[in-house]
Amino acid sequence: MSERVNDALMDYDEVMERFDPVLGLEVHVELNTASKMWCSCSTEFGAPPNSQTCPVCLGLPGSLPVVNRRAIESAIRIGLALNCSVAEWCRFARKNYFYPDMPKDYQVSQYDEPICFDGHIDVEVEGETFRIEIERVHMEEDAGKLLHVGGSTGRIHGADYSLLDYNRAGVPLMEIVTKPIRGTGAKAPQVGRAYMELLRSIVLGLGVSHARMEQGNVRCDANISLMPKGTHELGTRTETKNVNSLKSVEGTLRYEMCRQGEILANGGRVHQETRMWHETGGYTTPGRSKEQAEDYRYFPEPDLVPIAPSREWVEELRATLPEPPADRLKRVQAAWGFTDRELGDIRAIGALDLMDATVAAGCTPAAARKWWTGELSRRANEADVALEDVGMTPAQVAGLQRLVDAGTVNDVLARQVIDGVIAGEGEPDAVVTARGLAVVSDDSALLEAIDAAIASDPGAAARVREGRTAAAGALIGAVMRQLKGQGDAARVRQLLLERLA
Amino acid sequence: MTAEILRASASDLASRIASGDLSSVEVTQAHLDQIAAVDGDVHAFLALDGARALASAASVDARRAAGETLAPLAGVPVAVKDLFCYEGLPTTAGSRILDGWIPPYNATVVDRLRANDLIILGKTNLDEFAMGSSTESSWYGPTHNPWDLTRIPGGSGGGSAASLAAFESPLAIGTDTGGSIRQPASVTGTVGIKPTYGGASRYGVIAMASSLDQPGPCARTVLDAALLHTAIGGYDPRDSTSINAPLPDLVGAALSGDVTGMRIGVVKELGGEGYAPGVEQRFHEAVELLMSLGADVVEVSCPHFEHALATYYLIMPAEVSSNLARYDAMRYGLRVGDDGVRSTEEVMNLTRGAGFGEEAKRRIILGTYALSSGYYDAYYGSAQKVRTLIARDFASAFERCDVLVSPSTPTTAFRLGERIDDPLAMYKADLCTIPSNLAGNASASFPCGLAPEDGLPVGFQVMAPPLADDRLYRVGAALERALHERWGGPLLDLIPDLANSKAVRA
Repeated sequence: MSERVNDALMDYDEVMERFDPVLGLEVHVELNTASKMWCSCSTEFGAPPNSQTCPVCLGLPGSLPVVNRRAIESAIRIGLALNCSVAEWCRFARKNYFYPDMPKDYQVSQYDEPICFDGHIDVEVEGETFRIEIERVHMEEDAGKLLHVGGSTGRIHGADYSLLDYNRAGVPLMEIVTKPIRGTGAKAPQVGRAYMELLRSIVLGLGVSHARMEQGNVRCDANISLMPKGTHELGTRTETKNVNSLKSVEGTLRYEMCRQGEILANGGRVHQETRMWHETGGYTTPGRSKEQAEDYRYFPEPDLVPIAPSREWVEELRATLPEPPADRLKRVQAAWGFTDRELGDIRAIGALDLMDATVAAGCTPAAARKWWTGELSRRANEADVALEDVGMTPAQVAGLQRLVDAGTVNDVLARQVIDGVIAGEGEPDAVVTARGLAVVSDDSALLEAIDAAIASDPGAAARVREGRTAAAGALIGAVMRQLKGQGDAARVRQLLLERLA
Repeated sequence: MTAEILRASASDLASRIASGDLSSVEVTQAHLDQIAAVDGDVHAFLALDGARALASAASVDARRAAGETLAPLAGVPVAVKDLFCYEGLPTTAGSRILDGWIPPYNATVVDRLRANDLIILGKTNLDEFAMGSSTESSWYGPTHNPWDLTRIPGGSGGGSAASLAAFESPLAIGTDTGGSIRQPASVTGTVGIKPTYGGASRYGVIAMASSLDQPGPCARTVLDAALLHTAIGGYDPRDSTSINAPLPDLVGAALSGDVTGMRIGVVKELGGEGYAPGVEQRFHEAVELLMSLGADVVEVSCPHFEHALATYYLIMPAEVSSNLARYDAMRYGLRVGDDGVRSTEEVMNLTRGAGFGEEAKRRIILGTYALSSGYYDAYYGSAQKVRTLIARDFASAFERCDVLVSPSTPTTAFRLGERIDDPLAMYKADLCTIPSNLAGNASASFPCGLAPEDGLPVGFQVMAPPLADDRLYRVGAALERALHERWGGPLLDLIPDLANSKAVRA
């Protein structure tokens, strides 16, 4: 059902007074391997339906799986980045259930032998650090995609028929499961969001996933329950699916806390169920009831041999890990000498990598920050593109700053240089030449413009001669306009005052 | 001439085709004619591929005439169990649920047959989804034993074995999960081999029990089986359980047949009560024959073999219940009840109810139960442990012996209908063959005579350690040579002629 049931919601502060939340997040990460988990079909997004299939991923009679080595590598690297132990020996298992999007009517997954387990990662929310314990990271395969046609909601309820696209069937998925997260108090929703954000940045940093939540590359199932304050027995939890943005993670957890709080306060019982999040409206509705857990009849997959990553290989993979995000932030903050707020500005627009590259290209951190958080960020928002797609590269930003430092252009002219680079006219110095944007540094040309300005505003000139140097402003302005902005204002002022001395 | 062709061995046909003495087309046509003549009674075949077969045969003849050197069995016909995917012809697995399904791809074994220029005549009958010991559970009706048409040809691969005994094909391909190559071989007086697990590719073989299934060669002579095994066996990267190692010299072993000094172990637990007297008699005579050829014979005990049947009938149905889940009416095969109103669950239900036979349903339910929550440890989990014990019994026996031997099955061919209402009685046909599937080693059945009480074939089972498939052929060849000498020719010289058969000798 997707119709909103009018849930009574307890006020959030009251929830916090009376209950302790316990949350758990199950995150599925779709890998960006070139081919699927068990076959060589492409995983490219957006292909025509059922054009990226073969006997294996269609589960045709007689087909057999062959494991994707890159997927195993990625699973281990994700586990290492989450400080997990890597299994010395583990197997795949069959999770058996019937559904049309499952070509074999079982999913090849891992059951009691996950490849990585017992890890942890720290997240920070408003200066407070929370340690999230990671239960496991395991490998599995994705199902096909169902499209329900005819109903008003796009869901199965009310649809006339359903279509199936198996392009996605067999794409490698990593499932990351946290242990129950306690002690987050009022920050529970934010902790959940921060954890998702961190996971995203980790898998992006590892290069193992495109990590676009809107495209389903990273999917979150949010579990939450409440314990009356002072008690320690876990309450009944709900699991909410269809949480496909960072905002939704936070919204879901908050909504469920308020909904459950109201039920429990009235002496009611929270139903253990799967719910769906509705982004428009910001509420959850019940899905399948989980009172009777489905029996998946797990058993070790007989068509695949066990995975036994050697300790040498694990160490080789560990060496490929990028710097953990928290460590990186500390390091760059110290290196760049920014305040927390300044660093925060950069993080808010996702410009860490761009900053890195710009500084590496020879720009000072302060200047790089100025351009990325200022002019370029504004232009990206106006054009509704990601910052890295704004049309100017870190190297070009560094090049621009060199021109400013050399006095070739001033800040105002620099903006015109940016126009030119974004318009595709070439590198900053080429744009300066082509558009004739160089600051006029020839004194005689400046003096020419100065004399013209004095001649056209004798009153202001007279006031300056009398010692009222403030009046110089109007003359400097006139000179700059004459020069189309291509003057070094300080030099103009200096020469003007000398002229009128 | 036709009878000569039909009764010839595959190696014989191959060399005569290679020399130009015979053409593949005439050999192929002779077999197609024999099928047309007798298969109405035998019912070994479900589908024939006459046009493609003759075209392939013509191509072989043309290339040979052009001077090309061809593979050892080039131009020789072969029948393929209808469990192997073969593009362009229906593959049914003997089941209504796949009635008319045409695979869009070939099994690796089929590709290797084609790459070696064997001529695929068609697909042979089998128990539904390879589950059975009599071929009676086939949706398309049973196959009849050419020795006595009122009797079963064995199962699940009754069609392949019968096609050999009826001279409809000189070679056949089967699969063996609990004895489905060896037991039919035994009751039809033919040769059937189950390679070491992982020794022949399962890619494209419709799965029954993944940890037990193994494709293998079927033939009338030991050398033919060795040649066919060599053609189809070996590593396949598409099968993750495939062994990445070269095959041992199977043909060399088959040509040698030298068993002097070989230590042969007679398995104590595979005999006695429940075994037909004629079966035990011929078995012991064969053992004595091997002794007279220089082999050393000892008795060994494999105490956990007593639990092999129970172990098998927990592990196999569990895997079956999962492997047969995909037949859900959504993508291919039978679809029942799709009236535009019913849900997918209902359509799945109705289809599987209508599409599966009783034995398939029995095993799916058994297997689902064995895997279900709360029962896994008691059933499937425990069975896997006993499986390890059985493997250890073998390992320990193989420390003292090069091969183990037993009858292939406790009785000769029983009558059609005799055990169909008694599943447990039916399951007992696999008593001797099951241990080898559980342990994953190599085993075979060789004809060792006719039982005096009914004049029906008896099979002699040889089991070798994993990867030692060549020992099977060595022992089989020794036995064959000695028995042919004793009998004055192959056992199949004694098979009664079928009505309309073109294999009747002058």
